[in-house]
Amino acid sequence: MECNLRTEGQFTVVTLSGDVDLHYSPEARKQILEQLKANKNVLVDLSGVSYIDSSGIASLVEGFQLARNRKLQFGLVGVSEAAQQVLQLARLDKIFQIKDSIGDFINQ
Amino acid sequence: MQHHLFHQRFVAQSDQLRQVREWVRDTAMSCGMSEEQACRVVIGVNEACMNIITHAYRDCSGDIELDILQDQADLIFQLTDFASTMDCSRIKSRDLSDIRPGGLGVHFIQEVMDEVSYLPGSNDSGNVVIMKVRIKVQGAGHGM
Repeated sequence: MECNLRTEGQFTVVTLSGDVDLHYSPEARKQILEQLKANKNVLVDLSGVSYIDSSGIASLVEGFQLARNRKLQFGLVGVSEAAQQVLQLARLDKIFQIKDSIGDFINQ
Repeated sequence: MQHHLFHQRFVAQSDQLRQVREWVRDTAMSCGMSEEQACRVVIGVNEACMNIITHAYRDCSGDIELDILQDQADLIFQLTDFASTMDCSRIKSRDLSDIRPGGLGVHFIQEVMDEVSYLPGSNDSGNVVIMKVRIKVQGAGHGM
């Protein structure tokens, strides 16, 4: 898994790529929560995710909850087919804010 | 009549999961399973391995055995661990309307497999998970 950060408008974009599984999801969780604890709005780009398991999904749920508690924005961008499949299994595809592009969040 | 397709013993560590997923995917597709179904089956076996690593072994080290068998149109995935025997009645899915991290693995397994059994291992130690799925052939809309 690779995890990269960049700033786009009012958001910190956390880009995850590769396999977000039990071995790598602690790093994804750390990066997402660190940004939210620094009061940054966070978008997680999942377009390059080839596999995500329940531990990776749990990291996203933690981010979603922390953002809600801190009244910050949190969303998912460019969800890959593999990630979409698992979000649907978890019935979370209607819970998260999901958009095709970062611009869709910036312009909303 | 069951045919033994695959057997491998590996260390119950998270860095092994990628290899496990490849074994499961390759074996499932070699049986003619559609790529879409193979992806779903991989999710189930991966989650079952995660449960063994995080719940059965917890902070202990140990091995997992993966066996894949074919019984006519069914593919059977069997995971055996050598940890302390768990109370199988406590392995349950949770209410998904409760939005919180964790506890999704058992639900995922139930969603992608047709039958799941949790059994104590032989000789009063370890645990066995048996997951069965009807093979959907590539390009077909129903079981073979």
